Amino acid sequence: MADLYTVSDLRLGLPDMTRKPLFGAAPRIGILHGLSFSVPKGEVLGIVGGSGSGKSTLGRVLVRLLEPTGGRVLFDGQDISHLPEDRLRPLRRRFQMIFQDPMSSLNPRRRIGGIIAAPLQLHGFDRISARVDEALDHVGLPRAFRHRFPHELSGGQRQRVGIARAIAMRPDFILADEIVSGLDVSSQAQVLALLAELVRDLGLTLAFISHDLSVVRRLCTSTMVLHQGRIVEHRPTDALFAAPEADYTRELLDAIPLPDPDQRWDLAAG
Amino acid sequence: MSAFLSIRNLSAAIRGGPRLLRAVSLDVEVGEVRGLVGESGAGKSMIGKAVLGILPRAVEVVAGEIWLDGVDLLRLRPAERRRRIGATAALIPQDPLTALNPSRRIGRQITDRLVDILGWRRGAAEARALELLNEVRVPEPERVMRAYPHELSGGMRQRVLIASAFAAEPKLIVADEPTTALDVTVQKQILRLIAQMQARHGTALLFVTHDLGVVSKVCGSLSVLYGGLVVEETSVRDFFRAPAHPYSAALLAATPKYTDPAAGLNPVPAAVIDAVRAEVAAADRNWPHG
Repeated sequence: MADLYTVSDLRLGLPDMTRKPLFGAAPRIGILHGLSFSVPKGEVLGIVGGSGSGKSTLGRVLVRLLEPTGGRVLFDGQDISHLPEDRLRPLRRRFQMIFQDPMSSLNPRRRIGGIIAAPLQLHGFDRISARVDEALDHVGLPRAFRHRFPHELSGGQRQRVGIARAIAMRPDFILADEIVSGLDVSSQAQVLALLAELVRDLGLTLAFISHDLSVVRRLCTSTMVLHQGRIVEHRPTDALFAAPEADYTRELLDAIPLPDPDQRWDLAAG
Repeated sequence: MSAFLSIRNLSAAIRGGPRLLRAVSLDVEVGEVRGLVGESGAGKSMIGKAVLGILPRAVEVVAGEIWLDGVDLLRLRPAERRRRIGATAALIPQDPLTALNPSRRIGRQITDRLVDILGWRRGAAEARALELLNEVRVPEPERVMRAYPHELSGGMRQRVLIASAFAAEPKLIVADEPTTALDVTVQKQILRLIAQMQARHGTALLFVTHDLGVVSKVCGSLSVLYGGLVVEETSVRDFFRAPAHPYSAALLAATPKYTDPAAGLNPVPAAVIDAVRAEVAAADRNWPHG
């Protein structure tokens, strides 16, 4: 199958504002150190790692919210690494993002209908009202919810609105950055079941950033483990979890408390 | 002989409004670690706050008893209650950054409690703080005493708060989601530290969490809450072998497990939610305030 993303030697540095001199540019601090990988169409890629590993930064480069300082990012064959904003705009419809905190990523003053419609209007879609209804159907929310405000919804419902807003654009690729980490296990289960179903039904490619390896295990077809801005392991999920190759992956897995009192965890040792 | 902490039929409500805790009863013995689990809004943090006398202003205890070391806290005058809680209990909070004052040095933040509330001498309090920082394995404790919170990592800050909680040798500690903000590898270190400190000091520990994985590692017993109602109270061993309440079973079935790709992430069935909501409603049947 063709690759939706081909990334080669991706590097990214950001200005270190804590060391910025009064005049002149701040020194750069390296975040991503030469990542190469590809994402085939239809894949559900899990990106895992500890805080500061660069997983969110990588995601933001894929949807070009950040411009890489080195290397290349090909999206569906087209080099988007340094495309200017006006040439990116037609592509932006094709890669959408779902955010971690639905409360801060949904405008509290707009109704759900307006929130889902806004990007459709920006991209010049027709039949906007019908598309909003369709998107709400897709995520299993009643159509009447278009008249509600975000604060009138539960956390799980808000996250469904975030998903509805992304899929209404008919994207090829969705980046989901820690989208269930603020939810209870029961709403988490619902949102993830929904996401898996949509990916299958709409033929989406998904990058799922998470610190929770148990969730990635359940949802993703391949898994990439990041550590300090480098890929330490990137393999099919089944193989990676069955026999982790990198020490860091093993360390991450060993640190997860399973819901099982018989798991050896050595709380008394060390 | 009743338990060290014994909560009897505790009900709390928003002033003039709905109930948040519905006749909650639970015991924590000396040396016991009891988990309080449930989803957000289930009232698990509220119980810890009621015990420590730090309920939000809008919430009041409307009925029940909280027996701490043989005394019903709710019958004491406010000043006496605060003194008793301060001398007997302590909190390990969730977010180590907001729990520490950003503009004050770590040392002062640990010793102030000892000096102001418990009347220790400053010198003795500082020696004790240093001893505790050593015990929670903070590297270079002298330097950390003089540091500001932003100079420490999240895991180090949580160690400082654990040291601070244990400083006055409390007999009861309420840990409110103490590792939720941390990475899994740091979480493991912190859980290990809390378990060791608890065992060494023989503290009774009330451990609030939504993570059943954490419960299975740290707690000996647990109470499962839904809508301010305790739906199941059992030992950790029995809970994970065979949860008695359908809601507990559903909660366990929703929890993913990386060792078993087929397990977990099963949404809680609507019938289970309806049934447990009916239980909550039934608990309110004799509730006069609506």
